[in-house]
Amino acid sequence: MHLTLAKRRWLWAYAFLLIPLVFFLTIRIWPAVQAFKLSLYDYNPLDTEHTFRGLGNYSDLLHDTIFRRALLNTFLYVLYGVPVGLIVSLAIALGLKRVNQFRGFLRFLYFLPYVTALVAVSWIWRWLYQPNGLLNNILHNLGFRDLGFLGSTGQALISVTVVTVWYGLGFQVIIFLAGLEGIPDVFYEAAALDGATAWQRFRFVTLPLLNPTIVFLAVIGVIQSLQIFTQIRNLTTNGGPLNSTTSLVLYVYQLSFQTLPARMGYGAAITVVLFVMILVITVVQLTVLTRRYEY
Amino acid sequence: MATAATTTAAARTRPRTDVEAAIGMRRRHWLGGPWWLYLLLLLGGLCMIVPFLWMLSTSFKPNPEIYTTSLIPQHPTLTNYTNVLEKTHFPRWFLNSLITAGITTLSVAFFDSLAGFVLAKYNFPGKRAIFIMILSTLMVPTEMLVLPWYLMSVNNHWVRGDVTGIGDYAVGYWSIMFPGLMSGFGVFLMRQFFESIPDDLFDAARIDGVSEFGLYWRIGLPSVRPAIAALCIFTFLGNWNAFLWPLIITNADKLRTIPVGISFFSSDVGSAYDLIMASASLATLPVVIVFAIFQRQIIRGIALTGLKS
Repeated sequence: MHLTLAKRRWLWAYAFLLIPLVFFLTIRIWPAVQAFKLSLYDYNPLDTEHTFRGLGNYSDLLHDTIFRRALLNTFLYVLYGVPVGLIVSLAIALGLKRVNQFRGFLRFLYFLPYVTALVAVSWIWRWLYQPNGLLNNILHNLGFRDLGFLGSTGQALISVTVVTVWYGLGFQVIIFLAGLEGIPDVFYEAAALDGATAWQRFRFVTLPLLNPTIVFLAVIGVIQSLQIFTQIRNLTTNGGPLNSTTSLVLYVYQLSFQTLPARMGYGAAITVVLFVMILVITVVQLTVLTRRYEY
Repeated sequence: MATAATTTAAARTRPRTDVEAAIGMRRRHWLGGPWWLYLLLLLGGLCMIVPFLWMLSTSFKPNPEIYTTSLIPQHPTLTNYTNVLEKTHFPRWFLNSLITAGITTLSVAFFDSLAGFVLAKYNFPGKRAIFIMILSTLMVPTEMLVLPWYLMSVNNHWVRGDVTGIGDYAVGYWSIMFPGLMSGFGVFLMRQFFESIPDDLFDAARIDGVSEFGLYWRIGLPSVRPAIAALCIFTFLGNWNAFLWPLIITNADKLRTIPVGISFFSSDVGSAYDLIMASASLATLPVVIVFAIFQRQIIRGIALTGLKS
């Protein structure tokens, strides 16, 4: 059999891609299609027959108070957590960039949570947040009133957000440091020659040139916050007190694995909603990031 | 911004020393920043590390003492650790995490780099469609896939309620690992890196009689070693710390991974903070040691992959 050189290379390419292709089709694409299909049914895995509901699951969502609470909470996690995380980590990165001594050590401290398991970290914080835990003890010794933290409906969501921000700082600091490294010194020198103050150098040089980094981190932060689950499951008792910390994904988990009979179709409908939200953000990101920056 | 451009040109034409003298911002003080900056950064750093110190401290406290607030245990003990190691399945969870995260990492490193290599260095019909298909998987959140994956595992009898032999472990590990054996992000990342390697290198090797697989294995892989290392670190950490899927798919206590195991201490024995802190310390320590040793490489890898994407 005679094959041209080009055709023989085609065959090699297909042979190398065979296993990855099978994987992506069966484990990533087909299940995504299945999730859409699932969301149209009343689905309990123990049943043999599953009732087709059309868009019934979606219209039920509109009247579900727990879903609305989970949606609101998830938005609040994004709204509180992402901006605070970005501002704090940028401040830390700017600080780390200026110091010459112990930089590696300080960076190590900030990055430490990121390499440890979120589950372990959540339990440590749950321990710190106890009514008679370390944080309340510190408050007490400083002469303040004790706080309810995770036990209070008003403070629980903020307490979870604090852990999320704390956990993500290290990653954001590293990316910001890399972004700052990419800004040529001549810009600062030029700005300083023009008599720019430190604030003006930050406002008119650092911030605009760091814009792609900020957008990148903001998008990652938003997407991760929309998917928030692990912290809540381990810090709180199943989204409590009184669903004040329940997120979308936690609600999906409860519907699918902690409810009898399991309501997986309904859960799948919520994951489709989540998918659409993430898709919108990704598309917005692509249009923002592909815009050219000129200075 | 025309002014910025002209001043940049001006800065270039002047002798550099003048510029530095004029703005005074490049003085090389050994501290670099003012003392209060160090103080602030150190205070922030304390906030990062105190929870871990508190974890260690609690883990060495005997049971009656764990609600006291001294950082140094008055009667330090290893009881919590021996309890975790002897009365729970922690050693088994540790092994489970190590095996599943290890195999997943090897699989991702191999298949993602192979696919990335082909998509960067070969021309064939359908290449663009395949690449877009793999990229599109990045838009689908894991949360949307876990229910179909779960049903798929149930239908294929991959879910084990109890573990009696090596076969059950194999099936159990498979069920934990199969969703993550490749990643669209990894393929994308490796393709980016392979594209920056000149084609001449491969053409020359072809003339020397290197096989097509040899091109990937002996020429391609060594030239993207930093990227592979970064991908491996991410994949391993991600799987070592993964929670949602292992939580859903592991029914048998012996099949749990460390994070899932820790999360079940609360329901099994009422929040047993002594056991939780000891096991959290045991789970955290290896990662922290590895991170302390490879800090430079890991941080460079994160910056590298973060910027490439």
